[in-house]
Amino acid sequence: MTSTQSPDASGAKLPWLRISVIMAVACALPFFLSNYHVFQASMVLSTAIALVGLNILTGYSGQISLGHGAFLAIGAYTTAILMDKFDVPYWATIPVAGLVCLIAGFLFGLPALKLEGHYLALATFALAVALPQLLKFRYLEPWTGGVQGIVIMKPDPPMASFLGLTLNSDRWLYFVALLVTAIMYLVAWNLLRGRIGRALIAIRDQPTAAALMGIDTSLYKSLAFGVSALFTGVAGSLSAILVAFVAPDSFTVFLSITLMVGMVVGGLTSLPGALYGATFVQFVPNLADQISKAAPWAIYGALLIILMVVLPTGIAGGLNLLWSKVARKSGASI
Amino acid sequence: MASLLEVDGLYAGYGPTEVIHDLSLRIEEGTITTLLGANGAGKTTTLRALCKMIRTRGSIRFEGEAIDQLATEDIVRRGVAHVPDGRGTFGSLTTEENLRLGGYTRRDRRAAAADQERMYDYFPRLRERRQQQAGTMSGGEQQMLAIARALMLRPRLLLMDEPSFGLAPLIVREIFSIMKTINENDRVTILLVEQNAAMALKLASQAYLIETGRLVLAGEAAALSNDEAVRRSYLGY
Amino acid sequence: METFIHQVVAGIATGGVYASLALALVMIYQSTHHINFAQGEIAMFATYLAWTLINAGVPYWVAFFGTILLAFALGVLIQRIIIRPVEKAPVLNVVVVFIGLLVILNSLAGWIFTYTIKSFPSPFPKEPPFGLSFISSHELGSIGVTLVLLVMLYSFFRFTPLGLAMRAAAQNPDSSRLVGIRVGWMLALGWGLAAVLGSIAGMMIAPIVFLEPNMMSGVLLYAFAAALVGGIDSPGGAVLGGFLVGILENLLGAYVIGTELKLSVALVLIVTVLTIRPAGLFGKVIVTRV
Repeated sequence: MTSTQSPDASGAKLPWLRISVIMAVACALPFFLSNYHVFQASMVLSTAIALVGLNILTGYSGQISLGHGAFLAIGAYTTAILMDKFDVPYWATIPVAGLVCLIAGFLFGLPALKLEGHYLALATFALAVALPQLLKFRYLEPWTGGVQGIVIMKPDPPMASFLGLTLNSDRWLYFVALLVTAIMYLVAWNLLRGRIGRALIAIRDQPTAAALMGIDTSLYKSLAFGVSALFTGVAGSLSAILVAFVAPDSFTVFLSITLMVGMVVGGLTSLPGALYGATFVQFVPNLADQISKAAPWAIYGALLIILMVVLPTGIAGGLNLLWSKVARKSGASI
Repeated sequence: MASLLEVDGLYAGYGPTEVIHDLSLRIEEGTITTLLGANGAGKTTTLRALCKMIRTRGSIRFEGEAIDQLATEDIVRRGVAHVPDGRGTFGSLTTEENLRLGGYTRRDRRAAAADQERMYDYFPRLRERRQQQAGTMSGGEQQMLAIARALMLRPRLLLMDEPSFGLAPLIVREIFSIMKTINENDRVTILLVEQNAAMALKLASQAYLIETGRLVLAGEAAALSNDEAVRRSYLGY
Repeated sequence: METFIHQVVAGIATGGVYASLALALVMIYQSTHHINFAQGEIAMFATYLAWTLINAGVPYWVAFFGTILLAFALGVLIQRIIIRPVEKAPVLNVVVVFIGLLVILNSLAGWIFTYTIKSFPSPFPKEPPFGLSFISSHELGSIGVTLVLLVMLYSFFRFTPLGLAMRAAAQNPDSSRLVGIRVGWMLALGWGLAAVLGSIAGMMIAPIVFLEPNMMSGVLLYAFAAALVGGIDSPGGAVLGGFLVGILENLLGAYVIGTELKLSVALVLIVTVLTIRPAGLFGKVIVTRV
């Protein structure tokens, strides 16, 4: 892929005004929506974190993963097992899930170092296909709950109301998700705009040249895997808390494909793109379901193909293009 | 009377880079023409452009028909054979299979089979190595195979890209003498790209000289080779 | 001892299916250096087409050959319409398109044929052949069909001009154009043949695993493993890999790990081969040029 899309704000400052407005709107949102919609919004946030993770790996580091659902699973099951078997409070499980996935991702990144393009896609695809069977494995059942999975308690809000506004479980969890998302976004932004981001892009576009320039490509690539897994693990953990349930059949290869769809639709190497992609992935199935159970996937598939031919940079890229055309027009007319 | 090959205002290049600028040539039927120039001057690029292996702008007419919008395989099917630099042999296929592929587009099965035998007559060494994998043969043998394969097309125009490259002088002489024979006996028009200017000018009747993608000289090969100034400044001898 | 022979024989039978699918993968990889992630779904879809024909009353072998023709057409169409626009695109874009194709075929099958599991008939009798105890008629027939298929393909590529042209186009597209071969159509042909291979594989395994839209995902994984073990650019290797993997799967399943972790076995095989010897047993080791 070409680097026509430079990383967001490489060296530049955060657009504080835009972010404050967005955060204000985001905080107000749950009080205007039904509980179910609040839950959906929370899921969008969690998916966005996962997409940022995937983007770090595929968009910035150029390593294709068709198996990121595995890290969602590891994060989700870590949270579920800690909450169910060890009574760990939900908020404490999130960093633990992240850490576990960081290590898992780094370890998986080591053999993956030797694999390029298609081969890495193949290995991760195999992981995604084999995953549910692995989760159902009977020797792991005491931990994973086997086919039935694990049910966890949906946490209550610490207070019944705040500044006169009622807080229920869904609203409280939304704010938890919002906080986690904000933190993760900040971490990602910081990571990518500096030396690490540039190193990853160098490795992605010209690996031999990057190596010759003294960049330890193996280390960075494994790190990218680890960090990407960390983000996805946090997302998985969050989603487990939100859904209050984990089971092997939630983590099929189609989950990994969903993540890929989100990334491609939203836009590679784009942090805002993760939000667009997450929104798309959360709401399209709901809308398309009314036509047929198979329809969402047919739409996903068609979109994947059409986007790759027509708009490989996704919604974010499309918006950027539109924006630059508008900016050019208004610039010229002055 | 129209020339066999007419090139006018040809621009060609790779990606965003333009390598050939405003090139115009005329190749007459039955002649041997040589295209000379230093390394990187754009000789190979010119041949590639004629076969539409790269993007081009400008007019190319073969036997009066415009071929600049056709695909490579269609240009080939109209009678233009190209022996590329690096030979372009199918390394893991046998000599025999390489020759058969050369005749792939021929409708006349029997004549094609006869031609295959004729190729073995021109290049007896290939007959010895019929079933041998092409990639395991020496450079000279692969060059002969590449020429033979091109001839299987019964082309009207044969484009040759640096046939002497990396070959011992004895073999080069053999190949050049075969080119002469092909031109005289089979009436094949040849456009020869060469770095070995001396030998090329002895074989050819017409010559073009190209420098950084532009034509700088054109004329009779004999005249060029006799002109001291030209030889010294452009051809290095 | 008898169970052992039966396991090996059953392994050879499924191995034939893996070999066919692996060969399809290798054919496409050789000519385009792309891995066809949608190969399983193409096979599945073709098998559904066969089921439709059979259900409409068409006799089995007529449906069989009809499906082969339909699969061929499907493969050619997919290459010309969906794959050709992204032929020269970066790897990620190509992979995404293949996944898109996988998803479309899978969902189309679910849409048109529903997700209910269906049974698919075997053309071979239920009684074991010649009273033998270690092999069923379907297994024998399946092995037979696979062998006939492989022999026909080999002869096609080795002895016919078109087969030669396809081999040339796969190895060296530029030189192929210089002898007048229409490389684009050779690629489409390759896809058509790969789809045919897939359809036959699907029809041979459907009686065993039953027909449903996700039936080929496990089979595809084993085919990947087989192609990698044999060498992703070696057709002979792919075939050998297929039979090896089939036998291995059965023996491991019967004597070591049970049937629960079959897919994980494929995964381990894939990752191991890719890490230790990506070229497989018979593939070429590539040295990248700087």
